[in-house]
Amino acid sequence: MNNILVLPMVIPVLAGILLIFLRPYIKTQRWISLGVMIANIGISIYILNRIQSEGILRLDFGGWEPPFGILFVADSFSAILVLTTSIVTAVCLLYSFSSIGKAHENMFFYSFVNFLVAGVNGSFLTGDLFNLYVCFEIMLLASYVLIALGGKKIQLKESVKYVAINVLSSWFFLIGIAYLYGTVGTLNMAHLSERIAESGQTPILTVISILFLVVFSLKSGLLLYYWLPGSYSAPPTAVAALFGALLTKVGIYAMFRVFTLIFYHEPGITHTIIGVLAGLTLIGGSIGAIAYKDLRQIVSYNVVIAVGFILVGLAVLTPEAIEGSIYYLMHDMLVKGLLFLIAGTMITLTGMTNIDYMSGLIRNYPFLGWMFFIVMLSLTGIPPFSGFIGKVLVGQGTVDAGAYILLALAFLSSIFVLYSLLRVFLNCFWGETIISEEDEIPMKKGWLIPCVLLTLATIGLGLGAESVAIYVSDAANTLLNPNIYIDAVLHD
Amino acid sequence: METLITILSGVLVSVATYLLLSRSLIRVVLGSAILSHAAHLLIMTMGGLKRGSAPILGEETESYTDALPQALILTSIVISFAVTALFLVLAFRTYRETGTDNLYALRGFKDE
Repeated sequence: MNNILVLPMVIPVLAGILLIFLRPYIKTQRWISLGVMIANIGISIYILNRIQSEGILRLDFGGWEPPFGILFVADSFSAILVLTTSIVTAVCLLYSFSSIGKAHENMFFYSFVNFLVAGVNGSFLTGDLFNLYVCFEIMLLASYVLIALGGKKIQLKESVKYVAINVLSSWFFLIGIAYLYGTVGTLNMAHLSERIAESGQTPILTVISILFLVVFSLKSGLLLYYWLPGSYSAPPTAVAALFGALLTKVGIYAMFRVFTLIFYHEPGITHTIIGVLAGLTLIGGSIGAIAYKDLRQIVSYNVVIAVGFILVGLAVLTPEAIEGSIYYLMHDMLVKGLLFLIAGTMITLTGMTNIDYMSGLIRNYPFLGWMFFIVMLSLTGIPPFSGFIGKVLVGQGTVDAGAYILLALAFLSSIFVLYSLLRVFLNCFWGETIISEEDEIPMKKGWLIPCVLLTLATIGLGLGAESVAIYVSDAANTLLNPNIYIDAVLHD
Repeated sequence: METLITILSGVLVSVATYLLLSRSLIRVVLGSAILSHAAHLLIMTMGGLKRGSAPILGEETESYTDALPQALILTSIVISFAVTALFLVLAFRTYRETGTDNLYALRGFKDE
């Protein structure tokens, strides 16, 4: 039964609707939404293992054969991302239990988190371009609400910009779909790919592909990231962590899917542009990460750097680089969640956002400090942690492809990541202790446990890279050979 | 016919771009609404215009117009309706909270 494919999207939707009716019962809401995420973890592991034994799974809704109906397709790449999404969301929910506050919880917070996850999972699993648009919109509408929920001045200011920029990018997406439908006459991804392969990628299709590049660059913050640092700094910590871990990654996923499955005939044009954009993103992100003294801005610019790094892998398009990007994508979802949680905890504990005013936190909160240290090493790509393998493989891929400028930028950006986070570490955790024993806000268990879980996850992914290697190499293999995907969808 | 509608949606896009770049918040919201109209018109045009009767099976004709773009537009209209409603409320709340609808006053990122 392939019906299981629909569950990662349907369970959160149903739970979200159910939670609307359970508004006064906060405890019940918490347990239901956490249960949903844990169920999703189990389901995605099961799907991942079935893909290993049976190949790509697909589910035609209503029994309509592709290309006529909407369908869900799960290959290893989507299943890995669904799994990582569920893990990160479960942890962020755990964090929100003790941090988000009653006012939020009473105002349908958990419903919207569930809808957000439904949109994200739907985007990962769908095999239809317009359905991808709809899932994007589900995700975005939930994120509009989550960013503005609470209604503080800064949230409203930033959410106006965030909504405006996303309306614009959704418009570009619609225009792209319209042009593509007018040119090729189908919206099923596999069918699109087949038709484009038959006709060869004509210049008009290359133009359309660049339109899609603009769309997904706006969503994922590839060079067009100017909206990102502000929007990700405004919402409460748990929400910011969800955004940092999930939202840009959906754009990256869509870019990987579209440029490896549909528009892969003119890599000289499209992939060169992606490479240039990725290089510029790395430069811009690095400048931003060291330019600011606001902790939230530093963390947000680190998201931008990671986006650039992952897309270096797509730009060079060698097997190693793609594998490296997938590893790095998994790693980055976990670690960015953790980084946002730790930064948010630091801001809550000190009541300040500027790193100049924090000092000597390691004496008050040693555990938090060392976890920040581990995150820093992991993001930089120091061997025992999870960032290492991705960076090595992407580096190897760029060497194989002879893209030495990208190689230099990618690894220089790691130094900037290290510098920006080390600066935070030295400023905030080292030095003279400014919080006295009496004024110290006690560290809640509910803040610490989620951070510990994600720290364990990054160490685990680093040490146990071998155990996920088969899934990742299968994912990379499918991405590099679009025929596997097309055969699974169109010719059983 | 296609050319005319394409030009029309081009005009709508330029109007919307002008509105989106203006200072007043309400103009930005209106711009986003007009932008969605342009997209919907374009989807309809791209599916081809004037190809047959309305896609209802009861009609006794040889050919029907393409039904798919109409379904796409219907979906997209509802979505943009929801987004516009949310955006309007957000603009209203922002106005109430900050006392201005001038986007220049909403610029920048300051610590609270």
